[in-house]
Amino acid sequence: MSRTLASAIIAKKTTQKALEGEICKVNVDLAFANDITGAPAIRAFRKMGAKQVFDPQRCAILPDHFTPNKDIAAAEQAKEAKEFALEQGMLYWEQGRVGVEHTFLPEQGLILPGEIVIGAVGASNSGGAMGAFATGVGSTDLAAIWALGQTWLKVPKTIRVLFQGKRPAWISGKDLILEVLRNLGVQGALYKALEFSGEAVESLPMDDRFTISNMAIEVGGKTGLFVPDEKTLKYAEKRASRPFEPVYPDKDAPYERTIEIDTSSLEPLVALPHLPSNVKPASQCEGIKVDQVFIGSCTNGRLRDMEQAALVLKGRKVHPSTRCIIIPASQEVFQACLERGYISTFIEAGAAVCTPTCGPCLGGHMGILAAGERCVSTSNRNFVGRMGHPKSEVILSGPLVAAASAVTGKVTDPREVLSQEELKALEVGSYE
Amino acid sequence: MNKTFRGKAWVFGNDVDTDVIIPARYLVTDDPVELGKHCMEGHDPQFPEKFHQGDIIVAGENFGCGSSREHAPLALLGIGCSCVIASSYARIFFRNAINVGLPILECPEAAKAINQGDEVEVNLAEGVIKNLSTGQSWNVPPLPEFLQDLMDKGGLVNWVRERLKEEEGAK
Repeated sequence: MSRTLASAIIAKKTTQKALEGEICKVNVDLAFANDITGAPAIRAFRKMGAKQVFDPQRCAILPDHFTPNKDIAAAEQAKEAKEFALEQGMLYWEQGRVGVEHTFLPEQGLILPGEIVIGAVGASNSGGAMGAFATGVGSTDLAAIWALGQTWLKVPKTIRVLFQGKRPAWISGKDLILEVLRNLGVQGALYKALEFSGEAVESLPMDDRFTISNMAIEVGGKTGLFVPDEKTLKYAEKRASRPFEPVYPDKDAPYERTIEIDTSSLEPLVALPHLPSNVKPASQCEGIKVDQVFIGSCTNGRLRDMEQAALVLKGRKVHPSTRCIIIPASQEVFQACLERGYISTFIEAGAAVCTPTCGPCLGGHMGILAAGERCVSTSNRNFVGRMGHPKSEVILSGPLVAAASAVTGKVTDPREVLSQEELKALEVGSYE
Repeated sequence: MNKTFRGKAWVFGNDVDTDVIIPARYLVTDDPVELGKHCMEGHDPQFPEKFHQGDIIVAGENFGCGSSREHAPLALLGIGCSCVIASSYARIFFRNAINVGLPILECPEAAKAINQGDEVEVNLAEGVIKNLSTGQSWNVPPLPEFLQDLMDKGGLVNWVRERLKEEEGAK
């Protein structure tokens, strides 16, 4: 029987046949929660009468959302999560070591090709970039995994997305997934898996792939997987915390359908309020005034994103009426930014740089919007009230558009700001 | 568990997201009543006052899209929502609702036909939705066997508890 990547991974992790549509009990390789979803999971775990997590090295809590704690209530629930993690001997990292979970876990070699990885967080799809079946659940589902080491998954149908053509250097992973959203809409992959491949993927850095998988859920997807290639295996081998076995789709796999995206003709894109699928070329939105720019989050807080932001901000200033908040998504990314001089570039440009946290992306802290304010954000959701007041607005973009908009104070196509030389530098890229 | 509900329909469109159901800034508690005080605030700040115990939410496609927060079905339980009828659900919301015991029905025909303010009756055991204001009624296909088993055992917490006891007994 020929299989898509999603179905092949499930088949490896269950004793059932794993036919399309079948509900399978699967073994889980890693199950994680954060400072928001942790406490309700712990309470459910105790109500289940469970005493010990199934394997402390495969169960994790990452305090990343409201941390460093934004107020007393946030501190209380973070404390509850921490005490449980320490009591159970689970994987746990304090601020100063941790990062935004979807950036940090692959860095630590805790999400690997062929695995099933489940997080009590919507953006858990990110791990799909590793060729893992990575998906999100709620706290009670997560508690059940901590107790049993298993969960139920329905074998999804798969939509194959082929990124074709030669991708221009100013087109990043964010532009690619926004183009997918423009094509499929926010329900386009409801209950389904997305499988990304195609000739333009070969040259696509891992950081960009994480961005794409991260937003599979915004297309309604259950998971968004990249077929492992040399880049994936190199990344995984360097970091792996345990042995792993990559899984591949069959050549004649039964895809529900295939969509092809010609990356050579793409322009830098944005998603206007209030849906991630409300996608337009940045060049058609010029003139929209911006009060805040946020560069960071699990979607775009990796080194390549910082590199692109630094390229734009080097020798330029953030517009006087705009605030620009930059948050590297992990200590590793922060350290690399320091070594490469990006942090100096950001500060000289007049940006605020913060310690790793999800913070402003979900309207938590570190950059909440007032009524009538508008933010260009490299995060993944622009729903009503996402980053603050219900009357504020969020425009999603990649780091180049965000940084260019910070400079002009208006939504801006980066090609308007960058010199020919700088555009060339993008093409070469110092990273990877 | 009461299997028949009757209440006023509150009708929403497609893609009702979890940031509208319960904004992230309130996720410092998992108490349904506290969460319910802010339910659907992004849609209408007075919503929690207007909504009455037992009322029913009716929505289009992809209800509950966005974050994985279980606080979304909890907030709906907290304002007294007896059940949700939608054309389809975001998958994490679907799982969460079953896990926390918020009855949800997937029925595109009913979701399209019910109007704001209609009086609706839902019989969960029989899988029947009735619009008492118009006399229309719809049958809802049953849940897959495994999920029905979860519901019958009173949700995932009880289901796991039983399984852990069986494992304990087998030792």
